Amino acid sequence: MPISQSDIEKVAQLAHLELGEQELKTFGPQITEIVNYVEQLNELDTANVEPAIGGLTPEGAKTNSSREDEIAGSLGQKVALAEAPDPASGHFRVPKVL
Amino acid sequence: MSRQTVEFSVTAAERLNETLNAFLQIDREGALRRADEIEQNRNHGPLAGIPIAVKDNICVKGLQASCGSKILGDYHPPYNATVIDRLTKAGAIVIGKTNCDEFAMGSSNENSAFGPVRNPWDTTRVSGGSSGGSATAVAAGIVPVALGSDTGGSVRQPASLCGVLGLKPTYGRNSRYGLVAFASSLDQIGIFARKVEDVARVLGVIAGRDPQDTTTADVPVPDYTASLTGDVKGARIGFPRTLFGKGLNNEVKTSVENVVDVYRELGAEIVDVELPNAGYAIAVYYIIATAEASSNLARFDGVRYGFRAEDAPELRQMYRKTREEGFGPEVKRRIMLGTYVLSAGYYDAYYRKAQQVRTLIKNDFLKAFKSCDAIITPTSPTPAFAIGEKVDDPLAMYLNDIYTVTANLAGVPGLSVPCGLSSERLPIGFQLLGPYWSEDQLLKIAHAYEQERPFTERPPISAS
Repeated sequence: MPISQSDIEKVAQLAHLELGEQELKTFGPQITEIVNYVEQLNELDTANVEPAIGGLTPEGAKTNSSREDEIAGSLGQKVALAEAPDPASGHFRVPKVL
Repeated sequence: MSRQTVEFSVTAAERLNETLNAFLQIDREGALRRADEIEQNRNHGPLAGIPIAVKDNICVKGLQASCGSKILGDYHPPYNATVIDRLTKAGAIVIGKTNCDEFAMGSSNENSAFGPVRNPWDTTRVSGGSSGGSATAVAAGIVPVALGSDTGGSVRQPASLCGVLGLKPTYGRNSRYGLVAFASSLDQIGIFARKVEDVARVLGVIAGRDPQDTTTADVPVPDYTASLTGDVKGARIGFPRTLFGKGLNNEVKTSVENVVDVYRELGAEIVDVELPNAGYAIAVYYIIATAEASSNLARFDGVRYGFRAEDAPELRQMYRKTREEGFGPEVKRRIMLGTYVLSAGYYDAYYRKAQQVRTLIKNDFLKAFKSCDAIITPTSPTPAFAIGEKVDDPLAMYLNDIYTVTANLAGVPGLSVPCGLSSERLPIGFQLLGPYWSEDQLLKIAHAYEQERPFTERPPISAS
């Protein structure tokens, strides 16, 4: 099924992307081609197959647990804000929401 | 001693960068200071004084971590990745950050916002990707070892195209804390080197449980160098005949089949194996990897770090403009594809279906490894291709990963080993895949080949 320009615009909205003219035009056919390619998976009957959630080995799954809930050092406010594009008074400042 | 070694590496990196574009940052001052400290403190760690290069998506405190992207172009992480902490403690010295495809998305390094890496064997050709800078830095003799990340082949494929070793360990073998996430159920940090022994030494240092990454498994880390005996008598090597057919370059085919003969002569047993669902791996991979990427890359929104677009007075507009201006075309294409396959009404048809086929691929391996200790395949279907050749055809580019993606989907380790040059003097590599936690076996089998047929050729663009 071809993916139209309006589908692309809808997906771009969901992905918080503002695509340029050129990308709006090329992404439709390119993504259609890739989606058509991946549809070959429908050749396989997977009705009774469990999905492989995560990439874990059995050993990894067994030890996949959170660390102990103990107080540990953290970056601190100054360091955490050091790379922010627009920090203000100990906060991340953003443009107006409304 | 370590000062001289580091001085050599840094000088070579600087001198060759105009030609190769392998490094995005070279830390001459910091590296030499560290070298002096190591000499003064008599650090006798297993990697004391060894210069290393690190892909620019792995955090090294004080250095940049651009991920090959404009959106993190000026980002300097405030902490070290766990693997960097471990390497530094062992005495290794980071000399710089290497170029890569943007957010590790690509097989040619042409998706870097800072220009492609050039292959030291032929500078009109790609280095492979996404860890092309690290592969090139090792191939050109700038550093003996380098780190990369491998989500679908991003260590093994450039290793093959540049004529060096490239290891992707078992999922959970080493920590991803401080690796910028692309597809979390596939990503592993990998190692480049010119000698099997160096891969073994570095893996021994970085592997093991890390409380900061819960996917690291509590599995003992052996002395990987101890397995390098040169003896493969009785080892069972699986040969998946059907993967040596359509789409495989003839010279690559012959070269890898010759490797099989060498193993046979060394006393290994060659057994036929089948991976019946391997042909579906690319389709599965490009659903799972893009879905996970669309989620992981949502964090780049111009609020907490990195680039923020100007002239966007409203929040949502700022997000969109920042991401439009900050990301390159391939990253946007994959975010779009990932968002599409996860969007309402499509989740079951694409993502769930892909995870089911992933189970089938995993089961193929579990079954195959009942009759063999390792499986041999080519690493890449062709030697290095020309820069620009596949750049307008995303699907053709994705098919480069046909031999490598299965290991990431199943979580098994894979190692690419150089095995000769094509008629155009371009490196060819073969791949060994093994059961979970069999890195010691893969290194042993690779080492036996290395002893028998050492790859001693060096590229025309080289440090020495």
